[in-house]
Amino acid sequence: MASLFSYSLRNMLARRLTTALTVGGMALVVFVFAAMLMLSEGLRTTLVLTGSPDNAVLLRQGAKSEMESAVDRDQAPLVESLPQVARAADGGPLAARELVVLITLNKRGTTKPSNVVIRGIGTHSLELRPQVKLKEGRMPRFGTSEIIAGESIARRFSGTGIGESLRFAMRDWTVVGIFEAGATGFSSEVWGDVDQLMAAFRRSSYSVVVARMNERDGQAGLDGLRAGLAADPRLQLEGKRETRFYEEQSEMMAKFLGVLGTMLPAIFSLGAIIGGMITMHAAVANRVREIGTLRAIGFQRRDILRAFLVESLLLGGSGGAIGLLLASTLQFVTISTMNFQTFSELAFSFTLSPRIAIWSLLFGTFMGCLGGILPAIKAARLVIVDALRAA
Amino acid sequence: MTNGREVSRQGIELAVQQDVGIGQPDSDAAPGHAAALGPGGTVGRTATASPPIRLVGVSKAYRRGAQVVPVLTSVNLTVAPGEFLALMGPSGSGKSTLLNLIAGIDRVDAGSIFVGETDITTLDEADLARWRSRSVGFIFQFYNLIPVLNALENVELPLLLTPLSGRERRERARTALSMVGLSDRMDHYPGQLSGGQQQRTAIARALVGDPDILVADEPTGDLDRVSAGEILDLMDGLNRTMGKTIIMVTHDPRAAERAGRLQLLEKGELADAHP
Repeated sequence: MASLFSYSLRNMLARRLTTALTVGGMALVVFVFAAMLMLSEGLRTTLVLTGSPDNAVLLRQGAKSEMESAVDRDQAPLVESLPQVARAADGGPLAARELVVLITLNKRGTTKPSNVVIRGIGTHSLELRPQVKLKEGRMPRFGTSEIIAGESIARRFSGTGIGESLRFAMRDWTVVGIFEAGATGFSSEVWGDVDQLMAAFRRSSYSVVVARMNERDGQAGLDGLRAGLAADPRLQLEGKRETRFYEEQSEMMAKFLGVLGTMLPAIFSLGAIIGGMITMHAAVANRVREIGTLRAIGFQRRDILRAFLVESLLLGGSGGAIGLLLASTLQFVTISTMNFQTFSELAFSFTLSPRIAIWSLLFGTFMGCLGGILPAIKAARLVIVDALRAA
Repeated sequence: MTNGREVSRQGIELAVQQDVGIGQPDSDAAPGHAAALGPGGTVGRTATASPPIRLVGVSKAYRRGAQVVPVLTSVNLTVAPGEFLALMGPSGSGKSTLLNLIAGIDRVDAGSIFVGETDITTLDEADLARWRSRSVGFIFQFYNLIPVLNALENVELPLLLTPLSGRERRERARTALSMVGLSDRMDHYPGQLSGGQQQRTAIARALVGDPDILVADEPTGDLDRVSAGEILDLMDGLNRTMGKTIIMVTHDPRAAERAGRLQLLEKGELADAHP
């Protein structure tokens, strides 16, 4: 096994400009590829982190989102009294009846309205979501028109800072606190007393009931809960683990971004592959006599094939690495977009996972391989005496 | 053949006049280094270990479209071990093709080429490449060094095909470069070397694997008179002190003079060595 690795590397480094341009082209494609996947991953992590695996979300059967769901006032206590629901410190069920409504608010400095989720919360809502913490101000008092806003809402929408007030459902609501919820969907919500909001919006049913399950971690808790729901004909509800529920909320978006993230770079990559192919064809054409010499000295066809393939893999690999490096800087960027599934604003950031890093590098080397294979075969096929005669 | 004998005698006379050392400019270039390179050890043994080369009824033609152009017709030729043979002839006489066939980089249409006991025309491509890497050193008109590798790396190149360690490879490459008088130019790239120095590097590369046969296609064709003389001195020394069989194609009568034997080719056939 003769290794011409150093030969390949030197040749790549020797023609600086062509190498830089080819690697640059491939880096751009990998950048787009990685960025799209990071976007999709960011969305997914944000929504999955929103849920907690110990909680179950109870929705009307067939409801795909909290907005579509309805849990009647008389169903709620029945659900809460199921034995699979954990008990709170006060001995009552550790569960919260919640209302989810969309309102439109203007972004700060514009008159452009966007959808914002208003969540009516119960006394245990905060206990059920340990990832939600009050950052500034205080919690709203139950029985009043006080609300708190998620930090990414407070930052971006007018009237959502502490001391400011919002008008919706024919009432004025005073913001008394800002809460932080990390990279979760709650950061993009406004919370208030569920009973006040029900009255203001003239709703007769809750959207969902969120309950802590008795048996932690196991599937048993959820199965038990489902069995309990099925046993009672008054409860036409279904229970989902909260993490799974939020993951489903992101599936369509994530899939859309995933498809976009694969299709767009796939098309761009054609350009980069052709660029690599031209570079490698030129590299072979300029070194025909060199190839003839190597073959005469005793290197086999496969050594030549490998040398040129390694050269193009080095091009593609460096392109992949540089593209990934560029994309990794996007992690510091937070973007906000409409989640088409819930029609609400959702803020999330580009998230780099090891899987994305590996795929990006593979994509780069794949482009290099595809661009280099034909020129490498051409090089390996040269007839020695003809190659030695080349100018 | 009378002229051939004359040339032969001249070669010997030259040999007598000359220093036995190979690489004149360098003091390291003592023949003792031959032992470091070859498994044969002493000069004498290397000389006798070289196999004879025997061409039997070798024919070769090229196809230009439907037209078949014969290049060599039924050539019979024997090269004795340790012989320095010059092939001369007008353009298109088939001398380069003959050299390529002996060196195993081209294929015969008919006939056999025995090197020692081996008929190299029966080897498949991979085996032929392995045979070349062991048995043949190449010297080209335009040196054919790899421009991105420095002199030492260029010389080391054929050793990549051996199981030698990196350290042994570099050690041998250094020895070979010293033998051609370039121990102070090892880290120079081909572009930084003169034509003569490049050809000497190429000779070191041809030598480093200790092959029995050196083939040279117009080795002085691109060099000025002084450099050409140095290169011929070097080849002459390799032939005499290390017993390398050398087959050289040349247009240059001065180069042919240095060979022990001259063979003329005309229209694809061996001709008697009449001027």
